[in-house]
Order: sequence, then structure tokens, then C-alpha cells
Amino acid sequence: MARVVVDVMLKPEILDPQGQAVASALPRFGVTGVTSVRVGKRIEIEFAGTPDLEQARLIADKLLANPVIETYTVRLEDEADGARSQATTAGAAA
Amino acid sequence: MSVVVGVVTFPGSLDDRDAMRAVRRCGGTAIRLWHADDSLYGVDAVILPGGFSYGDYLRCGAIARFAPVMEAVADAARGGMPVLGICNGFQILCEAHLLPGALVRNEHLHFRTRDQRLRIESVSSAWTNAFTPGQEIVIPVKNGEGRYVADAKTLDALEAENRVIARYVDGNPNGSLRDIAGIRNEAGNVVGLMPHPEHAIEALTGPSLDGQGFFHSLFRHLAGAGAAAAR
Repeated sequence: MARVVVDVMLKPEILDPQGQAVASALPRFGVTGVTSVRVGKRIEIEFAGTPDLEQARLIADKLLANPVIETYTVRLEDEADGARSQATTAGAAA
Repeated sequence: MSVVVGVVTFPGSLDDRDAMRAVRRCGGTAIRLWHADDSLYGVDAVILPGGFSYGDYLRCGAIARFAPVMEAVADAARGGMPVLGICNGFQILCEAHLLPGALVRNEHLHFRTRDQRLRIESVSSAWTNAFTPGQEIVIPVKNGEGRYVADAKTLDALEAENRVIARYVDGNPNGSLRDIAGIRNEAGNVVGLMPHPEHAIEALTGPSLDGQGFFHSLFRHLAGAGAAAAR
């Protein structure tokens, strides 16, 4: 079943204290050289029939993102998403 | 006849009972409104109380905005009915586009609970007219996502139109832009306020009685509106 993926990010000008907290934790396990971390949300939507990008955009615009503080992108889940999630699983197992 | 204020209970509302009690202690009549109602049952004003409606899922207020009762609240607000959103209620009013801007995670990431000093900046609203401009009050603040943000143009417009109703003094608890604690709409009937006036209405439990001013303002506003309508 093909999914629609919506990524929601805070606009660049909106302070992201969560991202800052993550960034400031990195040196604790030896990671240096990271200048910025920003935290967003990924939402996966499944439709009963063919994925409806128009409908997904409506959902994103009306509910998933607040255009005052956030931007969003809407796309069909692609092969790369699947590959990425497998890679993540492998990484977790290792 | 006493003023009837409807207090909306959403799943996850926390301060609905306190808001109702505050209305009663200040001399009004409070009735409960349910999030799934599509009627306001003839109330004179509405309070959207504090809490964590729908678990704050997605964004604070984002799901509550689509509760059936909100359509009636939005219609009434556009028609001039006084509406006060406290804390989560303020977040809901912003999500519903009844007020500009948004409330985001506190700058320091901590949930902050304390008695907070505020300066009343605008008394030209249904909920602040019983104060004097510049009056300082102390009422509790308690939030994790109370940082008011809007673009510079919106902030400038709010200031130019005297629509910032209260500002934090003696320390900004959440990093709100321009120390904004509360704002009103153009008409002045819709007010959003992050701190909690309903928790400062009696000596036994509150840091002051300053919260009463918001409820007395409402009664004054409605008495004035009644007198104006009768003329």
C-alpha cells in the first residue's frame, strides 16, 4: 500500500529549543562539528484506494502544519523511504 | 439577571471547573459546554479553559480547533460575543485563527509554574476594561508551550493597534516575543491570555484577587452593551 508522507518543519526563523537541546547533547558522546539541529515531524498517511495527494495537501494545510510557524512537504512514499527504514533497523540491530 | 458564561470542556481540559467557579464567585452564572455540542445554549460569553485538550497531540489546540463546539464559538466570536481563551484556550484561539500568531515550546524547554507579575497594557477589551492602563497584577502562570510568536509585521500591528492586553514584568516565564502574555482581536471581544486569572480570585488559594478583574470586566462590558442596545 503506497503511503503519502508529510514532513512538517518549524520555519527557519522560529526558534527550535528542542533542536538546540539535541545539539548541545552531542558533545557528551564525542560528536563535534555539528552546527545546528532542528526537530520536525513526519506523518504517514494511508488511503483506502489510490493515494490522493490533493487530499493529503488539504490535511497538511488544515491540520498537520500551522502555517504561522511551520512549513510542510507532501510526497508519495518512495523506494528510498523503504530502503532507509531497513537501514535503520539494521543499524539498531548492530 | 446574572451573566451566563459557558465554559467549554474538551477531552483533556483541566481548568474548566476552576473557571466556572471563578465566574460564580465573581457574581455570574456558569454553565458547562461540551466539546461535541454544536450549540452554545444562549450563553452571554464563552471561556475556553486551560489544560491539555486532546492530549496536546500534534500541536497544542490543533485538534480542539475542529471540535464541533468551535464552529459555534467562532461564529459567536465573529458576531461580537466575548470569548476568553486561557492558556490552552489561547492556543486554541490562535489555531482557530480567531487571534493571530501561535504559542510554541518555552524557550528554556521547562514547564514553568509560578505567580507572575503582569502589566495590563490595553483596557479596551471585553475582558480588561475594569483595570487601569499600566496596572500591575499578579496571577499564576503554568505552561510548557506558552511562548507567543508571530512575525514582526503582526507584532508591530498588535502594538500599534493597542491589542497587547498584558505583558510579563519581573521576568518573562517562557521567552514570549515582546513579553506578550495576552492579546485581543480587533473588536476587543476575543482575548487570549497565557496566565490564569481563574486561579487568583480568592485569598485562600490564589496569590491575589487580581484575577477577578477579568470577570468583572466581562460583566461591565455586557452591562454596557445592554445599555447601548436599550438606547
